[in-house]
Amino acid sequence: MKITREDVLRVAELAYLDLSETELETYRKQVDEILEYIGKLNELDTSTVEPMAQVLTDDQTADATLREDIEVPCHGAAELLKQAPDPEPPYFRVPKVIER
Amino acid sequence: MTNWTIDGVKESLAAKKISARELAAEHYSRIAASKNLNAYLALSEERAFAQADRVDAMIATGKPLPPLAGVPIALKDVLSTRGVPTTCGSKILENYIPPYDATAVARLEAAGAVLLGKTNCDEFAMGSSNENSAYGPVLNPEATDRIPGGSSGGSAAAVAAGLAVASLGTDTGGSIRQPGAMCGVPAMMGSYGRVSRYGLIAFASSLDRIGPFANNVRDVATVLQVIAGRDPNDSTSTTAPVPDYRAELAKPVAGLRIGIPKQYYGAGMHTGVRKNIEAGLAVLKTLGCRLIDIEMPHTDYAIAVYYIIATAEASSNLARYDGVRFGLRVSDDSLLAMYRKTRGAGFGAEVKRRIVLGTYVLSAGYYDAYYLKGQKVRALIAQDFRDAFAKVDAIVTPTSPVPAFKLGERTNDPLQMYLADIYTVTGSLAGIPGISVPCGKVDGKLPVGLQIFGPAFGEARVLQLAHAFEQAGGAKV
Repeated sequence: MKITREDVLRVAELAYLDLSETELETYRKQVDEILEYIGKLNELDTSTVEPMAQVLTDDQTADATLREDIEVPCHGAAELLKQAPDPEPPYFRVPKVIER
Repeated sequence: MTNWTIDGVKESLAAKKISARELAAEHYSRIAASKNLNAYLALSEERAFAQADRVDAMIATGKPLPPLAGVPIALKDVLSTRGVPTTCGSKILENYIPPYDATAVARLEAAGAVLLGKTNCDEFAMGSSNENSAYGPVLNPEATDRIPGGSSGGSAAAVAAGLAVASLGTDTGGSIRQPGAMCGVPAMMGSYGRVSRYGLIAFASSLDRIGPFANNVRDVATVLQVIAGRDPNDSTSTTAPVPDYRAELAKPVAGLRIGIPKQYYGAGMHTGVRKNIEAGLAVLKTLGCRLIDIEMPHTDYAIAVYYIIATAEASSNLARYDGVRFGLRVSDDSLLAMYRKTRGAGFGAEVKRRIVLGTYVLSAGYYDAYYLKGQKVRALIAQDFRDAFAKVDAIVTPTSPVPAFKLGERTNDPLQMYLADIYTVTGSLAGIPGISVPCGKVDGKLPVGLQIFGPAFGEARVLQLAHAFEQAGGAKV
């Protein structure tokens, strides 16, 4: 077994993801099976291989350097706030973060 | 009822046989008559008719028409559309209306396209059957008891059923090519960096690409032409020049060297698929192509690599759904509990599974064993392709090992579902262009797709071959 119930709980905590008891067990089993399958990568000796951190090569990327810092208009705050579940223009309102 | 092509639309509009408004209306009535397919999640009639009227006004004044003037096009619901709901097939974005257009969307509209609406897809583009949509699966128009493929199932089905002349989908591990194959329409992803992803709601940023579905390869080329090219809003879009794809289509394919990697023709391929692909290879031979056996030794590791990298990137990209700035919120007095409840209630089963896996492979103590290992094997897979393209001009494989399967057939076994992408994920990992082009049908019923890969930024060659194959009548079994 690659992954335990405690591992799934820890990961769910890291990802801020509520999981039901049933989900916990189902995902543990399924993710375990997937990790077993992924284990086949260990058949390969990759000790001298550089990881592929970029898809494009340097000559294919347009701007390795930063662009000019020019101010451009942003989408209206009012329009963006309309998409928020609990707006308090010009702010997004969230539950209390700091306890007194 | 026959499906329109882009050239057909162009001629009919020019000859005033139909107006852009009438054409849009015709498509909306087709969509209404095919509601059972569940191909669309939202229709943007107001925007579509306004655009159609602009095109009709241009025609009336005799102005030169842009390349997609009046062409009705559908958009996968992961592409941001100003004023039109964009849900990603998820409950967490059920009421989300983007304030801006994705660059690909803006470019289509600037080229005269009439944007009909948003197509159904697997939630956040995670799936191979469209069964992970929070709004129900799409049915395959060729066989309605079967899946259309995924994740861009709605975009494929819409074109196949004549509910759009072309559409955009996105491909992360096969999500354009595989549904294209299963619904029997040409479908293409360009090279990584070829099409701007600004406004594409991210799943896995080192893999995601936008590309077209259409009724023929020429139309695929036309749409790709419009959306390709540098965009300052996406630093991963390249300045590499965009060739005139339509002009390149006519170039001869005789003498081209086609790599046939034996790793793609082993056990696990459905016999009906094999029969059609073999007939397809025979067609390529009659076109004068030289088939050359090649080795792609790391092919068998691609699914394992893909499900490390894609889930790791997804777990990071999906962190933004926190109930604060957009989408669903499930209230709680505590901020952290609000996050947890919102995400627990808003995401579907496959998305949660991938967040769990992706967070796990990135977590302390496992990063080297999984994520770093995955990145290294990804380099080996990319090297396989570079080695192959030193010897051949293109690589030809089946798109999918199986034809469209029955709804519900694989939903309980995620790993079996993942293995449906076995021939497509390699090209995704390597960043190269690929197309799926129709290649006969299993028992005269279920479409088969032939996949053509080219080297990075070799879209013109891929399109040429696909076009020649299509012109030769595709495979006949």
